[in-house]
Amino acid sequence: MLKQIEGSLGVAEAVALCRPGVVCAYPISPQTHIVENVGKFVKTGTLKDCDFLNVESEFSAMSVAIGSSAGGARTYTATASQGLLFMVEGIYSASGLGLPIVMTVASRAIGGPINIWNDHSDSLSQRDSGWLQLFCESNQDAVDTHIMAFKIAETVGLPVMVCMDGFVLTHAFERLDIPSQEVVDKFLKEYEPNEYLNTSEPISMGAMVGPEAFTEVRILQQRKMARALKVIEDVTKEYRELTGSKSGGLLDCYNCENADLKLIILGSSVGTAKDEIDRLKKEGINVGIISLKSFRPFPYAKLAEAIGDTKQVICLERAFSFGGRGIICPEVKRAMEGKNCDIKTVVAGLGGRAIYGTTINGIVKNALDGKFTEEFTFFDVDASVLNSYTQKTEGVSFPNGPICQSQIDNSVNM
Amino acid sequence: MLQIRLHGRGGQGVVTAAEMLTLAAFYEGHHAQAFPSFGSERTGAPVVAYARIDDKEIRTHEPISKPGVVLVQDKTLLGSVDVFGGLDPNGFAIINSKDDPEIVVPELCKFLPKGHVFTVPATDFAMQKIGKPLPGAPMLSALAAVTDILKLESVQKAFQERYPGKVGDANAETAALAYNYIKGV
Amino acid sequence: MLEKIKFYQTGSNTVGNRMLNPAMRTIQASEDRPNSLISGHRACQGCGEALGARYAIDAAMKATNGQIMLVNATGCLEVFSTPYPESAWQIPWIHSLFGNAASVGSGLAAAARILAKKHGQENAPRIIAQGGDGGTTDIGFGPLSGMFERNDDVLYICYDNEAYMNTGVQRSSATPPAARTATTQLVGDAPGADWGKGKDVPLIAMAHGIPYVATATVADLRDLENKVTKAMSFHGARYIQILVPCPLGWGLNSSSTVTAARLAMETGFFPVYEAEYGKVTSVRKIRQKQPVLNYLKLQRRYAHLTGKKADPNVVARLQAMCDQNIKNFGLLDDDNTEAAPVAIQAFERNQSV
Repeated sequence: MLKQIEGSLGVAEAVALCRPGVVCAYPISPQTHIVENVGKFVKTGTLKDCDFLNVESEFSAMSVAIGSSAGGARTYTATASQGLLFMVEGIYSASGLGLPIVMTVASRAIGGPINIWNDHSDSLSQRDSGWLQLFCESNQDAVDTHIMAFKIAETVGLPVMVCMDGFVLTHAFERLDIPSQEVVDKFLKEYEPNEYLNTSEPISMGAMVGPEAFTEVRILQQRKMARALKVIEDVTKEYRELTGSKSGGLLDCYNCENADLKLIILGSSVGTAKDEIDRLKKEGINVGIISLKSFRPFPYAKLAEAIGDTKQVICLERAFSFGGRGIICPEVKRAMEGKNCDIKTVVAGLGGRAIYGTTINGIVKNALDGKFTEEFTFFDVDASVLNSYTQKTEGVSFPNGPICQSQIDNSVNM
Repeated sequence: MLQIRLHGRGGQGVVTAAEMLTLAAFYEGHHAQAFPSFGSERTGAPVVAYARIDDKEIRTHEPISKPGVVLVQDKTLLGSVDVFGGLDPNGFAIINSKDDPEIVVPELCKFLPKGHVFTVPATDFAMQKIGKPLPGAPMLSALAAVTDILKLESVQKAFQERYPGKVGDANAETAALAYNYIKGV
Repeated sequence: MLEKIKFYQTGSNTVGNRMLNPAMRTIQASEDRPNSLISGHRACQGCGEALGARYAIDAAMKATNGQIMLVNATGCLEVFSTPYPESAWQIPWIHSLFGNAASVGSGLAAAARILAKKHGQENAPRIIAQGGDGGTTDIGFGPLSGMFERNDDVLYICYDNEAYMNTGVQRSSATPPAARTATTQLVGDAPGADWGKGKDVPLIAMAHGIPYVATATVADLRDLENKVTKAMSFHGARYIQILVPCPLGWGLNSSSTVTAARLAMETGFFPVYEAEYGKVTSVRKIRQKQPVLNYLKLQRRYAHLTGKKADPNVVARLQAMCDQNIKNFGLLDDDNTEAAPVAIQAFERNQSV
C-alpha cells in the first residue's frame, strides 16, 4: 500500500509486519523514530505477541536481544554511531552465538568529536564482527531490506545489520510502498530455530573454546558468510517476485553498459548520483554506478563481473581508516586482482557534509580528466576551515580543492 | 521536478509544513519528498526544510540549493539568513507578512518577474482560526494559490488527516483564508 | 519432637539427614536432587561457588518443577563448567559476556513468555541470571540496575567471593577493607584493600524496591535453599547474594570453605537477611558471636592481621565494622533494629573523616 510517511515509520511498519517477538531499544539520534513507532505499535496492540523493552544502554539492548534470540524469539533492535560502539562486545557475542538478530544501523559518524550526522564510519567499523551488513539506497529499499533481513538472518544463522543513512533517509518524508501483512506472512514464516534455550531439550550455549577448536569455530562462521552470498540472492529474488520490488540484492548496476568510469557507492548517495549520471549522459559522458548493497559478505565475484572491462573505478567513501586509506577500495582491488583496472578512493560526505549532484559531477570530471593521481583523496574539503587551524599553528596552508594523501604527508614534513 | 525551500524558526511547524506539502502532493498522485536540514534545532532558531514534487520517482537526496519556490514563514529571518539564495530567476517567493512585497522584499521584487513575489498574513490568519502562531497551513495554501501545483482541498486534507478533529479543521479553515487572500490579490 | 531441637547445620555428615523428618531434609539430601551442575567440572578443590551454584539452582529447579533456564556471566563458574566440548550443566544455559547477564536474562525472560503464550502454555520457564561479584557489582552493575528498574522477571544470583578470582584475584567493589588482592597488595602504609571503598549491592537492590532481596552463605544450606525457593515464589526482579569463600583467592584450606562462611556470618562480617519491597523482613541471628579475628585467622589474605606484626588498629577497625553490621541489622538475639540498614561503607567513610 502506498503511503507518504517518514522513512523511520516505514521501517517500523516493515519490522512490525515481520512479527518480532521481542524488540528492545535505547534512544540515539537518528534511530529514535523507528523504535518509538515500533513501541507505539506494541502498546496499541497493532503488533501483537511482542514484548518491547526500554533498556538502559545500547550494551543492554544488544544483550537483551541476545537473550531473546537465544530463547527462540524473533528479535529486533536499532542503533547508530556511539550506540553501536557501546554494544560492540555484544555484537561479537551475537554473531559468535549465531543468533539471527536484525538491527538497523542509522548510519552516523562516530565521535570524537561528537557529530550526529550521516556517514558510514559506524557501520563500517563493524565489518569484522561477523554480522551481515546490507546497505539501503532509499527508504523503499530500507523497508524491503528489513523484511528480507529477517529471512536472510534466520536462513544463514547470523545476525544482520541493515544500514540506512541517518537523517537523510530516516527523517525523509517520502512515498513508500508498504507490503501487506498477507504478503509478508507468505514470505516470512514463523521463526523456527534449529537450537534455542528451552527446558525440553537443554543445551549449553557459549562454552569456552580453547586453542584446540577455536580456529575451526571461526571457519564455521566464515562458511556461514560464504553461504550468505547465495542466500541474499535467493531471498532477494523471492521477495522481488512476490512484491515487484527492485530492492535488495548484493549489488545493483545503473547505466553500466559501455561506461568509461564506474562509481561504487553505498547508501543514499546512489540516488543523488543517478540523477547526475543522467545529466552527464546528455553531455555525452557515460558513467556507471554500482550500488553496493551487501558489504558483508563482500560480493567479490559479483563485483568483478559488474566492473567487467571498465578500466577506471572510483569508490565514493564516507569513512576511512586513520593512518591507512579507504575501506571499500582495498576490497574492490581484491575483487579485481590481476585485472587491468585503476581503482581509487574518493572520500566525501563525512559527518553529514551533503553529497550533491555537483559533488558527483566534480568527481566524475576529475576522474575522467586524470586529476586523481593517487589512491586516496579527500574531495569536498573546505580549505579555509582547515587552514584556520594549520595556518595559525604551523604556518601550513592547503590550496582550495581536493586534497590527496601526499599533500597531507608533505604538509607534516615541511 | 519542483523544488521548494521553507524557512522559519523552530517551533513554527516548518518541518511539518514541508511534510504536509508532500502529503498534499501525494493525495494528488505525485511523488514527493520532504526533509529538514539537520541542524541542532531548538525553539526560535532558524530552521530550513525542503520539499520536492515530481511525477516520477525522486531519487536524489541532496539538500535543495536551487529552489523553484521559497516560502518564508518568519520575516525576521530576512536580512540574517540568505533565504532566497539559489532561487530560480523565474521562481516564486511567498513571505509571511501583512505588508506588500515591495515593502518587505524590494530587492527580490526586482530580481523575480512581476507577479512572482507574494506576501500573506499567515500568522494573523492562524491566530484567527487556530489561536496559535502556526502559519504552515496558510503558507501552503498560498503556494497552492500562487502556483496551482496543488489544490486547496489537498492541503486541507493533509492537515485534517494528520490532525483529525478540531485542530485539523482549524488548519483547513486557515488554509482557505490564505488561499482566497492570494486569489484576491 | 525432633522439630523443636535446633540443630547446628555443620554438614550432612554429623546430623545425618536420615534422622530428620523428611519434610525437614534439604533438597541436596535427596537422591533425586536435580544436580543441575553435575560433577566433572573443573572447579578448584573446595570451591565455594560450585557449591553455592549447585545448592541454589537445584532449589530453584525443585521450586519450579524443573522449569529453569540459566544465564551466566563470564567468570569462574562459567569457565570451569563449560570447557568445550563438555558442559557440566544439565539444564538450558547460556553464557554471553561479562557484564550483561542481567540484560540477557531480561531478553530470555521476554522470549520465554512470548513463546509460552504462542504455544498456549500456562507457565513459562523461569530465568536465573548469575555471576560473580566482579560481573555483578562492577561491570554488570548498569544492566543489573536496568533489570531491577524494569522489574523484569529474573532472579539474579551473585556468588560473592569478594574479588575477581578467575583473572587472578583482583579487587572488586565487593572486596572488604584490608584484604589482600593482586591489586591491593600487602605493601605500604595501608596494606590490603582501601577503607571507605566498595558498595553494598543488596541494599542497592532493596533501594530499587524490587520484590525480594536476600543474602546467604554456603554454610547454611537450608537457609539458602529456603531463600531461593521463596524467591521463585515471587514474580519480578529478585536478587540473592551468596557468600562463597574461595580457597585459592582467600588463602583458605580447601576443607575450610563452609567453616569460613559460617564465621563470616557469626562475626557479623557478612550480615545474612531477607528483604521484600525495600524493607528488611528477617535476619539470621548470630547464635554465638565470634570475634573477627577468628574469621581472619583462617585466611591468608588477612595474614598481615593475625601474626606478630599485625596492626591492632586495623583489626579493631574490622571489629568495629562487624559490630556496626550487627547493630545495623539487629543480628544478635536481643537486638531489634527499627532504623533502615545503611551501607557499611557509609560507616567506614564517616569514621575516616
